Amino acid sequence: MKMSPKARQRFLSVMSVVALFLIWELVCRAFGISDLVLPKPGQVIKVLIERLPALMPHATQTLFTTTVGFALGVLAGIVIGVVIGSSKLAYDVAYPLLVGFSSIPKVAVVPIFVVWFGAGTVPAILTSMVISVFPVVVNVATGLATTEPELEDVLRALGATKRDILWNVGLPRTMPYLFASLKIAITLAFVGTVLSETVAANRGIGNVMMIASGNFDVALVFAGLFILAILGVALYAIFSFIELKVTGWAQRKTEFAMV
Amino acid sequence: MAAYIELDNVSLRYPGGDVLALDATDMAIGEGDFVAIVGPSGCGKSTILKLVSGLIHATTGNVSVGQREVRGPSKGVGMAFQNPTMLPWLTIRENVMLPLKIVEPFRHEYAAKKKTEFAERAEALLKKVGLAGFGDKRPWQLSGGMLQRASLCRALIHEPRLLLLDEPFGALDQFTREELWSIMQSLWMDGKPTVILVTHDLREACYLGTRIYMMSARPGRILEIRDVDFARPRTLQMTFAPEFTALVQHLRMQIADSRGTVVEAA
Ligand SMILES: Nc1ncnc2c1ncn2[C@@H]1O[C@H](COP(=O)(O)OP(=O)(O)OP(=O)(O)O)[C@@H](O)[C@H]1O
Ligand SMILES: [Mg+2]
Repeated sequence: MKMSPKARQRFLSVMSVVALFLIWELVCRAFGISDLVLPKPGQVIKVLIERLPALMPHATQTLFTTTVGFALGVLAGIVIGVVIGSSKLAYDVAYPLLVGFSSIPKVAVVPIFVVWFGAGTVPAILTSMVISVFPVVVNVATGLATTEPELEDVLRALGATKRDILWNVGLPRTMPYLFASLKIAITLAFVGTVLSETVAANRGIGNVMMIASGNFDVALVFAGLFILAILGVALYAIFSFIELKVTGWAQRKTEFAMV
Repeated sequence: MAAYIELDNVSLRYPGGDVLALDATDMAIGEGDFVAIVGPSGCGKSTILKLVSGLIHATTGNVSVGQREVRGPSKGVGMAFQNPTMLPWLTIRENVMLPLKIVEPFRHEYAAKKKTEFAERAEALLKKVGLAGFGDKRPWQLSGGMLQRASLCRALIHEPRLLLLDEPFGALDQFTREELWSIMQSLWMDGKPTVILVTHDLREACYLGTRIYMMSARPGRILEIRDVDFARPRTLQMTFAPEFTALVQHLRMQIADSRGTVVEAA
């Protein structure tokens, strides 16, 4: 059978997931592992399908919270990144602050948000926002700071303003960096949402998993994990696709490799 | 008589630099001249271009362009460097049209004319440098020499009165370089902009320049000014004529001499 390298790559990705499930199932059966410790994937999928109507609103809630938090985080990240990346002074002043900020475990900020805004959607949105800001800031700032000085000279001698340069060179050049950070940020945003939902919410997948584990319904906990994984992969795939469309120029090497 | 570009006793010390990059330099360049600057590496040639375009300010002395003192970055000056710095997300034509997005009055009409008049203008220029039909290609699909041609087009698209070239042919092979000399000469003869060309190649300076400024090693000073009055358009054959080789030889000896004094002084 002959396959294009791309189809082959897809096929292998799918096969690796199937293989993982198969091995998992086999290990559970072979060693007689209790469902309370590690449920078989078949069972998890069964629970997932049976409980889907009840899980859907929670999945939607988590998805909504994550996307809003992510969107706000990215917006803030771009603004901060542009400011830091286009001024040496801002870069030097703000960088230590950012590093310190990003080193704070995000678990620690959830209680603060809960005190400020009460339990529910708001702290979840804020947590996922806070957690997804940093990679965006760093990547945008790096992209801007690496503009070739000679090109900048060419443009400045033409009378270009800082804004002209940012608009025509800085931002487009930053696109590949931005998209790379978006793919990291979206998975982190899920982490933030679920974290907050586990601690302080009455809806969302994080909350479902919390309650299920209290009831020793381990299969349901895993069903929640599956949903998170599926949502994560779906959003990741969406951004990869947009990335390919927007920054194809930065990926010419893979194009060549495919021929 | 007031020259188009004047440097009056200009010195420059970069912030944090301990030695002068440029020392008490005087230059007077007439409008429409093609001036070549040659000199040993690090003597301040690129610095002169930055001073003229207002990207940096003289530590002492005066720089003026068109009888006006240079105080900040100029407007509409065309520049090209050894590194063509094309933007990879734009086509070659869009890259060439970049100055039209920035310089008035074109900037104004860019949205309206980018598909029509401006695109044609870019195509015409690309054709002159031997890149007809490459407008829709992306930078990575072109060779280094082709990119350098495109970079020249970008420097010229808005028909600047002043063109500053910093070793634009430095990274090219001999054949491409000589071909681009002749293209450069005809582009200059078409529009008669004032050109300052920085180069390491003495034959290039003699082929293209109407006047050659020769600089000493750091701190840079003008050692000698030579008017070159071979007839235009100059051809490659002329570069083998005895007068031409004698001039090149003379410049070469001067540079060697100036190096020699530096070594002795050290
Ligand atoms: N941004 C800078 N900061 C500090 N010193 C600088 C800077 N740019 C150049 N210099 C110094 O100024 C001197 C002149 O530099 P310049 O770039 O003008 O030389 P050049 O004649 O163009 O040399 P080359 O032929 O190698 O390009 C050099 O000795 C260099 O070390
Ligand atoms: Mg230089």
